[in-house]
Amino acid sequence: MTINEIQDEIVEDFSVFDDWMDKYTYLIEIGNALEGYKDEWRLDQNLIEGCQSRVWLHAELEDGKVVYSADSDAIIVKGIVALLVKALSEQTPDDIINCDLSFIEKIGLKENLSPTRSNGLVSMVKQMRLYAMAFKAKMG
Amino acid sequence: MSIDIQKIRNDFPILNQTIHGKPLVYLDNAATTQTPQQVIDAISDVYTKYNSNIHRGVHHLSNVCTEAHEQSRIKVQQFINAKHSHEVIFTRGTTEAINLLSFSFGETFLKAGDEVIVSNLEHHSNIVPWQLLETRLGIKLRVIPITDEGELEMDEFKKLLSDKTKLVAVAHVSNALGTINPIKEIIDLCHAQNTPVMIDGAQAIQHIKVDVQELDCDFYVFSGHKLYGPTGIGALYGKEEWLNKMHPYQGGGEMIQTVSFEGTTFNELPFKFEAGTPDYNGAVGLGVAIDYVNEIGLETIANYEHELLEYATEKLLTIPGLKIYGTAKNKCSVVSFLVNDIHPYDMGMMLDKMGIAVRTGHHCAQPLMQRYNIPGTVRASFAIYNTREEVDQLVEGVTRIAQIFA
Repeated sequence: MTINEIQDEIVEDFSVFDDWMDKYTYLIEIGNALEGYKDEWRLDQNLIEGCQSRVWLHAELEDGKVVYSADSDAIIVKGIVALLVKALSEQTPDDIINCDLSFIEKIGLKENLSPTRSNGLVSMVKQMRLYAMAFKAKMG
Repeated sequence: MSIDIQKIRNDFPILNQTIHGKPLVYLDNAATTQTPQQVIDAISDVYTKYNSNIHRGVHHLSNVCTEAHEQSRIKVQQFINAKHSHEVIFTRGTTEAINLLSFSFGETFLKAGDEVIVSNLEHHSNIVPWQLLETRLGIKLRVIPITDEGELEMDEFKKLLSDKTKLVAVAHVSNALGTINPIKEIIDLCHAQNTPVMIDGAQAIQHIKVDVQELDCDFYVFSGHKLYGPTGIGALYGKEEWLNKMHPYQGGGEMIQTVSFEGTTFNELPFKFEAGTPDYNGAVGLGVAIDYVNEIGLETIANYEHELLEYATEKLLTIPGLKIYGTAKNKCSVVSFLVNDIHPYDMGMMLDKMGIAVRTGHHCAQPLMQRYNIPGTVRASFAIYNTREEVDQLVEGVTRIAQIFA
C-alpha cells in the first residue's frame, strides 16, 4: 500500500468516531498494541525528548525501504506514534521524504502535532524524514 | 466571613466561556492567575489616556504616567510591608528578579569556594541562575533535601549551613507540591550567622500575607501574573543596605546619574536596577491587582482556598489508585497527583477535552521529580474564583479517565 492509501485507511477508521472520548479510547488501544521496540534501541541517541512526554524512534533500511520502530511513555502519544509508523514504515525513502502527512489533521489530532505541544511528536516526524534522507544518501 | 464567589467570578470575563463545548474549569492558577476586569481596564486606560515614557519627561502625560508607575511601587511596598518604596525593584517577574539578584549579588559578594544553598523542591528559576554562578565564579550550590511528604529536612539544612554559606535562596511555597516552607525559621537560623536569605515568593504572594519586615528576609521576589496581575511584571524586594552595595544588573537609560567615556555614575535606588524604559503599564496593572486582592482580603482568600484544597484532597483520595505528591502539614492551594501508571500528559490531554485546565509535567522542577522518580504529575491549583463544583468536575473527570485506562 502507498502512504496515501494507508492515510486514507486511517481516516476511514477514525470516521466512525464522532465523540472525542471514543477517539481517544481507540488511540489508547492502538498505543497499547504498539509493540516491537527493542530494549537495545532504548538509547539516548534514539530519544526524542519533549517537555511533556518522551518518544523513542529507531529506523533501519531493509531492501530499499525504511522500517521504523517507535515507542512513547505517554499512551495517547504512543497511539499517534503507532499511526505515524503505520503510515511511513516499509516505504521508500523518496516516498517518505515527499509525502504530505495530511491524515493527522483529517482525524482531528492536529493539535497534538503543534510545535507548542512539546510532546516530541513534531520532532518525531522531522526525525523520520531525516532518517529517510540519510538512507537515501546512503543508497546513492 | 462569607464571600460571594459568583460576584468575584463575574469580575473575570475569561472564565465565562466553553472549551471543547464544556464550561471552562480553570485549575492552572499556580502557572498564571486570570485577570479581573478592573486590571484589564487599568491597562486599557494607560493606552487610551496617558501612555507616555516615564521619568524625566516635562510634559503632562509623562508626569501622569510617572505618578501612576510610582504609585504602584508604593502599593507593592505596602502590600509586603517593606520599609521603603525604593526597596522595591520592578522586574519582568520572579525569574528576572532571581537572575538580577544572582548576577548583582554574585558580582559584588561571591567568589570561588563560597556556597549558596537552595532546596530540592525549587523551581528551575531558583536553581539555574545559581548554577550559572557555579560556572562563572566557581561557587558551590548546596541542596537541602526533602522528606517523602515534601517538607524540607531542617536538620540537614542546619548541617549544610556553614561559614562558607553566603546566601540561602528558598521558595516560600513549592510550585509543584504546595508545601509552605518554614521560612521564618530558615531566616532566623541564617541571620544567627549573618547569612542573607532570599525568598522566592512566586507561589506565596497570592495566598499568604507577606510582611518582609516581620520575616526579616533580605530579599523577596514575586510575579504579577500569579497575583491576578498582568504578565511581564514582578518585583524584587531587597533591604536597602544590600541593594545599595550591589553592582547594577543591566546598564542603560534611567539607571545612570551621569555618563561620560571616562566613567559613569549610577542612579540611586530603585532606579539603579531598572535600566531601560520600564513596563509602567504592567506596573499599573499590578498595582490595581493588589488593590483588588486587598479589597477581598488576603486572609479571606487564604481561608477560602484552604477549604477548597481540603475538599479537593479529600475527594481526589477517594479515586482508587490516586496518589498525591506533597502531603506536608502546611500546604497551599496546590494538589499534585498521579493515578496508577497513567502518564500525566495523557491525563492532562483528556481533562482538556472536558474543559478542565490543569498543568502536567515536571512543573519546571525536574530535580524534585527525580527525587520522587516520576516523569511528572498532574497539578490542580486553586484561586479565589474556583468553586467546589469545579473540584467535583475535576474529580469526576479524573475518575472517568482512570476508568478508560483501567
